[in-house]
Amino acid sequence: MIETHLPAIIALTFVLFALLIPLFGLWKEQLCQPLAVLGSGLATAFSLLAFINYLQSGSIRYLFGGWEPPIGIEFVYDGLSGFILLVINSVAFLALIYAKKPGQMEFQGKELAYYALAMLMMLGFNGMVLTGDLFNLYVFLEISSLSSYALISIGNKPAPFAAFRYLIIGTAGGTLYLLGVGFLYTNTGTLNIIDMSAMLPMLVDNSSVVTALILMVVGIGVKAAVFPMHGWLPDSYTYASTPSSTLIAPIGTKVAAYILFRIMLYLFGIELTDAVFPLSYIVGVFACIGIIYGSVMAIAQTEMKRMLAYSSVSQIGYIIMGLSLANPFGFAGALLHVLNHAVMKACLFMIAGNLRYKEGHSNISLFNESYRIKYPWTMASFSVAAISMVGLPPLAGFFSKWYLVLGTIDNSNWIFLAVIIVSSLLNAVYFFRILEKVYMKNPDAEQQPDKAAEIKYDDVSPSMMSPMAIMAVGLIVIGFANAAIVSFLLGIFPM
Amino acid sequence: MDLSIVPLLAILVSLAAVPLILFSSEKPNVREAWTIIAGLIKFSLVLTLLPEAIQGNSVELHLFDIAPGLPFALNADPFGVYFAVIASGLWIFTSFYSIGYMRGAGEKKQTRYFASFAVCLSATIGIAFSANLLTFIVFYEMLTLATYPLVIHNEKREAINAGRKYLAFTLTAGLLLVAASAIIYHYTGTIEFTPGGVFGDIELPRNTMLVVFILFLAAVGVKAGIMPLHGWLPAAMAAPTPVSALLHAVAVVKSGVFAVTRMVGFIFGTDVMAAYGLNDILIVMAGSTIILASLIAFAQDNLKRRLAYSTVGHLSYIVLGVALLTPLGMTGGIMHIAAHATMKITLFFCAGAIYVNLHRTEISNLNGIAKVMPWTMGAFAVGSMGLAGIPPINGFFSKWYLILGSLEGDMIIPVIVLIVSGLLNVGYFFPILYRAYFKKGEGLESYGEASPFMVVPIMITATLSVLFGLFPNLFFNFFDLAVLVSESLFSGGTP
Amino acid sequence: MVDFITGHYAYWFTLSLLCVGLYGIIFKQNLVKKVIGLAIFQVSVVLFFVSIASKWDATVTVIDKNIPVEQVESYLNPLPHTLMLTAIVVGVATLGVAFTLLIAIYNRYGTLDEQELLEKIQ
Repeated sequence: MIETHLPAIIALTFVLFALLIPLFGLWKEQLCQPLAVLGSGLATAFSLLAFINYLQSGSIRYLFGGWEPPIGIEFVYDGLSGFILLVINSVAFLALIYAKKPGQMEFQGKELAYYALAMLMMLGFNGMVLTGDLFNLYVFLEISSLSSYALISIGNKPAPFAAFRYLIIGTAGGTLYLLGVGFLYTNTGTLNIIDMSAMLPMLVDNSSVVTALILMVVGIGVKAAVFPMHGWLPDSYTYASTPSSTLIAPIGTKVAAYILFRIMLYLFGIELTDAVFPLSYIVGVFACIGIIYGSVMAIAQTEMKRMLAYSSVSQIGYIIMGLSLANPFGFAGALLHVLNHAVMKACLFMIAGNLRYKEGHSNISLFNESYRIKYPWTMASFSVAAISMVGLPPLAGFFSKWYLVLGTIDNSNWIFLAVIIVSSLLNAVYFFRILEKVYMKNPDAEQQPDKAAEIKYDDVSPSMMSPMAIMAVGLIVIGFANAAIVSFLLGIFPM
Repeated sequence: MDLSIVPLLAILVSLAAVPLILFSSEKPNVREAWTIIAGLIKFSLVLTLLPEAIQGNSVELHLFDIAPGLPFALNADPFGVYFAVIASGLWIFTSFYSIGYMRGAGEKKQTRYFASFAVCLSATIGIAFSANLLTFIVFYEMLTLATYPLVIHNEKREAINAGRKYLAFTLTAGLLLVAASAIIYHYTGTIEFTPGGVFGDIELPRNTMLVVFILFLAAVGVKAGIMPLHGWLPAAMAAPTPVSALLHAVAVVKSGVFAVTRMVGFIFGTDVMAAYGLNDILIVMAGSTIILASLIAFAQDNLKRRLAYSTVGHLSYIVLGVALLTPLGMTGGIMHIAAHATMKITLFFCAGAIYVNLHRTEISNLNGIAKVMPWTMGAFAVGSMGLAGIPPINGFFSKWYLILGSLEGDMIIPVIVLIVSGLLNVGYFFPILYRAYFKKGEGLESYGEASPFMVVPIMITATLSVLFGLFPNLFFNFFDLAVLVSESLFSGGTP
Repeated sequence: MVDFITGHYAYWFTLSLLCVGLYGIIFKQNLVKKVIGLAIFQVSVVLFFVSIASKWDATVTVIDKNIPVEQVESYLNPLPHTLMLTAIVVGVATLGVAFTLLIAIYNRYGTLDEQELLEKIQ
């Protein structure tokens, strides 16, 4: 009974808590974070319930107010949206659990605003994933974007400027998307995705439809940080506070990538997308440039969060490249990488946050051997996440690369294959560099007088350690269980 | 008794020892005891698989699907058991030797050393028992990761640079292996190790086959030390001698040539190799490696580096034997895996004993040490004569088969290469023996033989070399196994 | 050719506004002017939507007692208008957030010039 309403319930949970948090927060400030955790926890539970229901009964099309499309707005819960929903809500849940102590340290006194905005942002993301209406997507896009601009600005000194630049570029992107929607509406008279996808094959030669496609891809590409529209990402992720980075980095760009999947594979379908000129291939080329660019820039960074930001640009490239391949293995690889990267990046940002919390900085050139003794669990999680990012089996990261490799071979796309291999090696460089610094004495440093007595175990508290540890263990589990996940993903390939 | 669980247990035994080793870091004797116990259990487990292997049967264990349609599976076939016996048997000797070496040299970080060693052996047995390329890749990468802490053991600048070089070579190799496996999977739909190859009747254009072969060769050639991919091996001599002994004479490099043999016999198949002329490439590369490595060995004054280049040369004996594509040649190559292992490990053990005992590493410093360390140098003489191919040591036996195999295939050049190389071997080993026995030494007055922990394993491995030369089937039926494997690759049938 | 321009003057106007907005966003150094450019950019899209809702001899989308609702050609298309009400609200919210950020930037750095800010942050 409740199952049919689950799509709406998931989104409404966030609305409810976005209202409850200010209410209770004005009464007792300490309640904000637990309420946020409760809200995202409930949403995760509902997402899981909905996913199980989907596996048993199939997709749900939820009509708001009972109005039939194309007049009414609907939420579509199918395999793809269900999968993404589960991923983003679980990661958000863990990120919000983590946020307690770093939040107290980094934005004391602004917790109420922070957690309420976090709820609104998650509402925006969930809405974007679930909605079946193009304009409704724009509305949720802007809801999530505005909340994320505000969340990013709550940070250290340059944060508002980074947020401002993100605002300008992000709003421009959203507006371009809206213009594309306008073009499509002019030609088809409907805004409903399923309805429109039935009409578009008849309009394949219409130049305004092609322009609409390009506008939408560019507009959403800004939010997905596809090269060359990624410029906002490094500053925003670096200067944002630790909880913001942990929350936004794993989720934000993935949802935008999901939208690109919807537009290119579901709304238009791959034949239409490539009908006039090979758009998917061009997108793939840009993705590859982004992969290499991100990896190279990451090597050049000395600050860990900035390195992780450039690494994110690179990893999103993998996902977009998988999309551009438009074959079952590429699709499965890309979506598996959505899951893997969300978990890995969240774990890595948590580790950076732990180091900032304890040491006051996350500057790689200052890492030293004492970290191995002071923060053993943090560094162990880092090793797991790093090995997974490089793509060594049997951890999760290997399998998404394996399927992407199979996808590129299916398309005989040898350049993309070479890009995957080269970038994995580049990843190894910037991750193993940190492992070297932390696990081994610096051979060039002068012999310090033995300070072993001062260095002892000082790892972070459970609220910060458990989400990070759960994610690290999760990487191992996903690696071993990936056959089940991939079979599911291959099954929902839309052709 | 159902043997199918044994391969898995053999792999897991040393992994189970790792936490025990880590927790006994304060009590060295207990810690070392765990290593010895694990080694003995592992060896006995592998021995229980021997009777089946001698009859030509394999013990299979299908664990679970690690990717849809691709199982994580073990298959203890005759070739795998052969390799596993060598690796696990020699580990026991290396463990005793390590105790003597590490304590004699006062090495730090012994816990990390013994724990990494245990993981390496797990990985090596896993490589031996892998049923398909994907399982193989998992253990191959595990071996890379587990050997890294051993290479950078003393954490000096030289060791860390060697470690970086090692990682660069082996990670690239691993990625190329992933790409090559994916391509094979794409064209044939399977990546199981099958005697006679996986191609069956599938024909590919010559260029495609060539590219796939070169990719594979680059991937496995790194660990097998085929020039020009051998660069990491001399650098890795920065590691402690037991590491060089076991890993770079037995585990890592033998995994490489094991992989070459699997590639030639079990993936491509001897018919396909001959049909496309792929073995000619291998013969040329192996032949040049043999000659070049022997020549470079002449120029080395550092004893371990001379032994390193000698290893590079002798690994290519095995590759050459495999590349000849004749039953006798294949047998000779496989026999040389065991022969070189016992002889080279003896030589490395001796080098380590000399270092720990006399603190000497350069050959020009080794005048007259035979008077002080008679047993050690006696074993060294046995090992080096065997490598030069002087009967009755097992090095002669495998070389004899290599020459026979080359004649069987009407090829004269490999015979010439082998004979020249034998002479070169004499050329670079004899000066060492001459110095040690016939020249007067300085500063040796107060020294005696090395610790029994080191000398006893040295004597045992040297004696084994002689015994295996006289009775090739002694204890483990190595010769029968080699013939069995070789026959199976040419008739194209089971096992 | 002339017809191409005069027949679509609404779209040309929208396009020129779009370009003005983009010019402001990209080339103006002062952050407030960038925000103004952004606002113009958003308004041009609103204008586009409203223009596609227009019909000859049609009246505004408020029910007129004299014109029956079924007589569709006498009423402008209401859907783009409703969409644009939402979009205008979104635009206002964006401006609000933008100005809050500008206030924060000014409080921290004392300038609203992009060049100076980039130098101060490095």
